[in-house]
Amino acid sequence: MATATDRKARQGPLNAVPVILFLIVGFAAPLLAVIGYSFMPERTFGLFQKPSFDNYVTVFTSTSYISFLWSLGLAAVTVILLALICYPIAYGLARVFGRWSTLLTLLFTIPLFVSENVRLYGWILFFIKNGVLLGTLKSLFGIEIQSWLFTEGIIVLGMVYVYLPFMLFPMTLGVSMVPNETRDAAFDLGATRWQVFKEVDLPLSMPGIVIGFLLSFVLAVGAIVEAKVLGGQKVIPITHDIEIAFTYAQNWPLGSALAVLLMVVVGALVLTVLRRFDLDAILGRR
Amino acid sequence: MNPAERSQRWRASLLWAWTLTVVVFMYLPALCLLLASATASRYFTFPIPKWGFDWWQKTFNSFEIHQLFKTSISIALLVTVIAVTIAFFGALAFARYEWKGRSLYQKIVLLPIFFPQSVLGLALLLWFNAVGIDLSWKSAVFAHLVWIVPVVTLVISIQVYSFDPALEEAAFDLGATRWQVMKEVTLPVLFPGIFSGSLFAFLLSWGNFPLSLFTTGADTTIPEYLYAKMVAGYTPGVPVLGTVSTVTAAFLLLGGYGLIVLRRRARLK
Repeated sequence: MATATDRKARQGPLNAVPVILFLIVGFAAPLLAVIGYSFMPERTFGLFQKPSFDNYVTVFTSTSYISFLWSLGLAAVTVILLALICYPIAYGLARVFGRWSTLLTLLFTIPLFVSENVRLYGWILFFIKNGVLLGTLKSLFGIEIQSWLFTEGIIVLGMVYVYLPFMLFPMTLGVSMVPNETRDAAFDLGATRWQVFKEVDLPLSMPGIVIGFLLSFVLAVGAIVEAKVLGGQKVIPITHDIEIAFTYAQNWPLGSALAVLLMVVVGALVLTVLRRFDLDAILGRR
Repeated sequence: MNPAERSQRWRASLLWAWTLTVVVFMYLPALCLLLASATASRYFTFPIPKWGFDWWQKTFNSFEIHQLFKTSISIALLVTVIAVTIAFFGALAFARYEWKGRSLYQKIVLLPIFFPQSVLGLALLLWFNAVGIDLSWKSAVFAHLVWIVPVVTLVISIQVYSFDPALEEAAFDLGATRWQVMKEVTLPVLFPGIFSGSLFAFLLSWGNFPLSLFTTGADTTIPEYLYAKMVAGYTPGVPVLGTVSTVTAAFLLLGGYGLIVLRRRARLK
């Protein structure tokens, strides 16, 4: 009969089996399929032709890099803004708001469950000509200004709005990891508020902050609806390029090649950052 | 009040003011949707010339909308049941047991969450095509699961971290079978995590657009329908459905949270 320790040692892998099997079929295999398609000849729909690098050549000689730069740039701006917006809130949730924190957290969670495009549509109604903002300005103050819709700024606003919880929650986890005793000790030793922030708060809450950066950046790079709905297709991010290749252009192999390149960028970033972290410490193992 | 206390107060009120401003920012679009749904006219102008709830009635009486609800709910319910079952065991492996490959396993589980959903949707479309699976709401269930199983695993894991393994050991020592331990100890203790996991699963599936877009085939979910209507052929039915989605999410989450609080209170008594 197996001993108790044997039983325990086998329990971990055993419980992991369903998730692993599922992710092999549902995640790894589809990604392999994309990689496979990216080596197929142009405008074909099967997986078993002679492989070639033609699609990659096409991508590198085309103007897709502009879309790539847009995606990365918009995501970078979004993440920086989010960090500035979220840090005070995370600090408040972790240290100041006390029992109100749970309710506030819930309020920040609810919009996550309404689909992105619906919420962005709310912003259209807000900003559109004769909409909530401009209509109010016109009827109350007689001011008539151009609508801000379909500009780069409004795309960033939409992305900040959609990805805010993904920055806020990891950041709050991070900030709440800083022990009060350490901060008090620093104050007692005569550190200024700024010094405490720089030497204690920031380094100790770094794991949560970095996860927040990573999560919101990766999601923002993959954003598509913001540019389509709010940006009026003025800016074409890489995800939109990929979608065009799959739908209008009916060129699956080219779209796959673009997707593979995006996956490589995102995957490299995620793996480098995640490798350095002990998830148990962040998620609160006791 | 001494100066230090006063500055502390002052900082706290600044934090409150900022946080509440951002909360308002988060709900501004929902408010706009609500306003737009209460217009009597076909097109939205503000200030609203004539208020009316005709569009609510029209939307709820439409056969097309009933079909959409049916599709969306079927997908979300199936996703919830399957995701919670797989994720329950996944969470035990994630947070409860000490084993060799655990750290790697944790990172693999996180990967799909960190992956752009629109690309994942396309990848699944290619995969279904390569294997020869016809697209319908059933393939969308599978697609949703790829993203939702990891999320739910994470949600349940957070509960598992605060679970004391000694409880299970004690039950084993008292002669309980594996099944009894599961039913009498593990499941009840982890219930809050499983409950919030199911809420997450249901709502994330209900609101998902990027995965559904590529994998539902001829079937249509509510977010897909709304998107199609936004791009072409706006009707005030769009804000009506949008408002319904927001209110449902708020209701389920606040209600679920209330239930958990009540349960905790009852236990403490």
